[in-house]
Amino acid sequence: MTMREKIEAAAARYPDQRSAIMPALVIAQKQHGHLPGPVLEEVADILGVERIWVYELATFYTLFHTEPVGRFHLELCDNVSCMLRRSEDLLRHLEAVLGIKKGGTTPDGLFTLSTVECLGACEMAPVMQVGDDYHGDLDIARVDALLDRLRATARQATGADLAAAAPPGE
Amino acid sequence: MFEPVLLRNVDVPDGHLLTTYEAGGGYQALGKALREHTPDEVIDLVKQSNLRGRGGAGFPTGMKWSFVPKRAGKPKYLCCNADESEPGTFKDRFIMERDPHQLIEGMAISAYAIGAETAYLYIRGEYGLAIRRLEQAIAEAQARGYLGTRILGSDFSFVVHIHCGAGAYICGEETAMLDSLQGKRAQPRLKPPFPAVEGLYASPTVINNVETLACVPHIVARGPDWFRGIGPYKSPGPKLYCLSGQVRKPGLYELPMGIPLRELVEDCAGGPPPGRKIKAVIPGGVSAPLIPERGLDVGMDFDSLAAAGSMLGSAGVIVIDDSTCMVKVATRIIEFFHHESCGKCTPCREGLNWAVKVLRRVEAGQGEPGDLEQLEALCKGIFGNSFCALGDGAAVGLRAALAHFEDEFVAHIKERRCPFH
Ligand SMILES: Cc1cc2nc3c(=O)[nH]c(=O)nc-3n(C[C@H](O)[C@H](O)[C@H](O)COP(=O)(O)O)c2cc1C
Ligand code: SF4
Ligand code: FES
Repeated sequence: MTMREKIEAAAARYPDQRSAIMPALVIAQKQHGHLPGPVLEEVADILGVERIWVYELATFYTLFHTEPVGRFHLELCDNVSCMLRRSEDLLRHLEAVLGIKKGGTTPDGLFTLSTVECLGACEMAPVMQVGDDYHGDLDIARVDALLDRLRATARQATGADLAAAAPPGE
Repeated sequence: MFEPVLLRNVDVPDGHLLTTYEAGGGYQALGKALREHTPDEVIDLVKQSNLRGRGGAGFPTGMKWSFVPKRAGKPKYLCCNADESEPGTFKDRFIMERDPHQLIEGMAISAYAIGAETAYLYIRGEYGLAIRRLEQAIAEAQARGYLGTRILGSDFSFVVHIHCGAGAYICGEETAMLDSLQGKRAQPRLKPPFPAVEGLYASPTVINNVETLACVPHIVARGPDWFRGIGPYKSPGPKLYCLSGQVRKPGLYELPMGIPLRELVEDCAGGPPPGRKIKAVIPGGVSAPLIPERGLDVGMDFDSLAAAGSMLGSAGVIVIDDSTCMVKVATRIIEFFHHESCGKCTPCREGLNWAVKVLRRVEAGQGEPGDLEQLEALCKGIFGNSFCALGDGAAVGLRAALAHFEDEFVAHIKERRCPFH
């Protein structure tokens, strides 16, 4: 299905097209990796809604990115339950081994590092989300192993595939 | 002996599949409700059971349903609140990932009771596995005639649509959720009108938490007396408790409502790590005021915790041991609320911004005399003056930390450093 078809199918679930903006943004972000202006405008045109409504949602919700993010977005939870199980140490370690600060992206475009609010998986704190997948009960060794796996996944894809590839977990 | 029902399937391999659910008697309650009860009778069963909402406020579910006008001349909606963003809380995720049919059956029975033919299941977008499992479960249920038109040969038709959130805690507040579903930024609405009368698309709408809806098939199958026989009379039933933080066995536990907090933390979750003592416990997600160790002999139910100056909330129990700085915990909690404030009202938006600045300063050893009075004044300004319960929750939480651990705040200011670092 094309992006337009997917969005139209999602919109059929609601009596009002405006309700379909969030699902449409999810679809568009999966397709494009992030949501630059022209994509937002395309979404508005497909749904036939005001552009400002689409901009409004794309900037309000934290899961939508109007700026590009790395191939793998490392989202480390630092809320209370994870903090109590030393997520801070993991953040410091990630910053050191990736050579970036929180919020940054590695120069090769492979990793973006963020901290996020509670992921709803506090029983396996400290937790990190990468794409659709949760990684819990983390310590420094497990984080290193995870980074190795992600790098290997990236190496398997050729340069051409990389540009077209969807984020992991899809 | 207490028999878990909500978590019956969560450790069963393939617990998320329809065949597993049916093998355990799944969807028989739906059949029973449709064959043997009118919608009003189902509402009565739920009223008699004394089921109170598991999403935080504990409002009686049967009563909420009975507020829906019988003849509205408009479609009615059921919304399942699966936003689950209260820090410390992960119970709904377990149900959706590991036993999604339990929720879908509960939604179908609840929709029948209130006369809704459409439901939206609002789930936080981060819950990738739960979303996939729910999509699969809905397709399975549809194929087997538990969803769709003329369900099990009755006149009742019902569909469930999944709507993914996109990372905003305020979407869990029920009226903000409705705005989000209508394609707007999530901000709470003024009440009244209450959603039961004028909710989604200005139509009568019932909003219930995942765990609340998952209780419904069991009430229909086993009867309201069974449900009311578990735990305290005024807030009965089986309950999911999320245990996290500095305990030996974090995890999800199903036990009766009203179980003593101490038993939950020390016996079930194995107490603090070796060589550590419990300092405080947050009983119901970070919106619930913390309880110092000496207060742990309190029952985990709506009324007992309210009497103890806290709340059951989401039953997200976070355990803090004596190695931890309480100023740091309080700062992190207020940072969370500040980050998630929707910005609609000034006391919350501005008050929390200011409180975060003061707290960070105190924690860093740069606190000034008067800072604690300042924080107290901010709590006073936010509590009771904010538009929704987010602001109030932040203020009562900070107040409890200041009241019970004043010595730690004072030490930070006096010694101009964190005594724990
Ligand atoms: C800021 C805020 C966040 C909330 N988050 C949730 C949530 O994530 N899940 C939930 O079920 N209820 C949440 N609630 C409570 C809902 O507003 C509502 O009371 C609940 O979903 C009703 O369902 P129940 O009657 O089954 O408990 C939240 C409330 C507030 C004020
Ligand atoms: S209290 Fe906070 S979250 Fe609630 S409406 Fe006001 S600004 Fe928004
Ligand atoms: S606090 Fe990190 S997952 Fe809940």
